[in-house]
Amino acid sequence: MDPFYTNELIPALNRGLVMSTMLIIPSAFFGLLGGILVGTFRVFGPKPIQRLFNAYTAIFRGVPLMVQLFILYYGLPNIGIYFEAYTAAVIGFILCSSAYNSEYIRGALLAIKSGQLQAASALGMSKTQALVWIIIPQAFRRALPGCGNEMIYLIKYSSLAYIVSCIELTGEARAIAAQSFRFTEAFTVVACYYLLLVSIATYLLKKVEKRLAIPGFGTK
Amino acid sequence: MTVPILFARDICVTIGSNEILKNVSLSLPKGSLKVLIGPSGAGKSTFLQTLNHLIPHDSGCLELNGKEINLNNKRELYAYRQQVGMIFQDFNLFDHLNALDNVAIALRKVKGVERQTAHNRAMQELKRVGLEDKATLYPAELSGGQKQRVAIARALAMDPTVLLLDEPTSALDPELIGEVLAVIRDLTRDGLTMVMATHQMDFARALAHEIVFMQDGEIIEQGSPEELLQEGTSSRTRDFCARLVTAIDDKR
Ligand SMILES: Nc1ncnc2c1ncn2[C@@H]1O[C@H](COP(=O)(O)OP(=O)(O)OP(=O)(O)O)[C@@H](O)[C@H]1O
Ligand SMILES: [Mg+2]
Repeated sequence: MDPFYTNELIPALNRGLVMSTMLIIPSAFFGLLGGILVGTFRVFGPKPIQRLFNAYTAIFRGVPLMVQLFILYYGLPNIGIYFEAYTAAVIGFILCSSAYNSEYIRGALLAIKSGQLQAASALGMSKTQALVWIIIPQAFRRALPGCGNEMIYLIKYSSLAYIVSCIELTGEARAIAAQSFRFTEAFTVVACYYLLLVSIATYLLKKVEKRLAIPGFGTK
Repeated sequence: MTVPILFARDICVTIGSNEILKNVSLSLPKGSLKVLIGPSGAGKSTFLQTLNHLIPHDSGCLELNGKEINLNNKRELYAYRQQVGMIFQDFNLFDHLNALDNVAIALRKVKGVERQTAHNRAMQELKRVGLEDKATLYPAELSGGQKQRVAIARALAMDPTVLLLDEPTSALDPELIGEVLAVIRDLTRDGLTMVMATHQMDFARALAHEIVFMQDGEIIEQGSPEELLQEGTSSRTRDFCARLVTAIDDKR
């Protein structure tokens, strides 16, 4: 085999893969958690909090992620806030992912019949108890396909981390390509890496959906 | 005179410019079954929901065992609601929980009962409504009648002192009405205090201690089934029931 692959490209991409994974996993997890919280506050929170989180969602869905990352990494130091490249990227991804996920959660919450909350209240549950034990578990199941889709996007937009100098898969591939001028090979192989990541994520999401499946909740 | 278990005094509810309840009062002695009847839009559902404060009233008050409930105190409100169970027309079972967990969840999360104990109690209540073999089924897998019986078990598990029932059989196919009414009949025999809105006049005639006739947000008449429904009496209630019967006959 061409030593370009075995000695240069693959080792570099494997390094990038580790970094990408370290970006994706916490961003996906906290992005989902954040989405649930933001979505719930947007529907059931006190009015001022609803407005606050609506504004947050509008901003983070409305501004290109690349611009958000630039602001986090290059802009905030102007007001004395410094982040490592990795931290800036993860924060950017979590904020963006939460905004998108909150939209799926919000839709799912609105689709739940008011009778569920009434029945919970009639049994003496507080609003918080009703949300935690009755409403959110149902909404989460309904939002899961959408949130899963968001995770798949996240895997791909994690490649933007290289623009704040956090070198992950795409960053490593660019470096190797620029150095060796073998763009086609480098980016074809990196495409396979992403395809693999997305396939694994799709498989895991299917498993989770199966695990949470309940008669009457979509997935048959 | 003994103190009523539940007493609602001069309940008024206005939504927008619409007076939905006008000074409605109701007193429930221990062990009594009062049946609310009246035309659609009379305010029966609204009144039942003010009784456990799912709908807040603009004026009036609620007393449980002679003690006025401070509805602004969240803790007191939640404790009060545990005492006043509610059965809904469209069941409102928790869709993501099986029958057993539907009954057990409030025991565990509201009363803080430990999981195994809650499940045992839930099983006992499911037995009471004849559904112990359906414990692991989800609402989507139950018939309407079974769902309503699970809903009754869920309310009973909280040991309520009063049960409110809002047309518990009107979303059911005719052949399923009997099984739910049979459960409710057993509850009257056990001496549970209940208020029930219904159009099942035969049931009301046979079991109600008192019939309460509502129209346009007011109680127009109340009295025992004999007083209101006897041949020869001329009561609004009797007129209404006669029309109800003709309406049903017309449909056939
Ligand atoms: N959220 C609401 N906003 C405005 N008006 C309402 C609302 N809910 C109920 N109403 C009105 O209140 C009146 C009483 O309604 P309610 O549902 O209590 O009647 P009901 O006696 O239960 O009727 P039915 O036999 O059809 O169930 C109706 O005129 C209805 O239009
Ligand atoms: Mg009604």
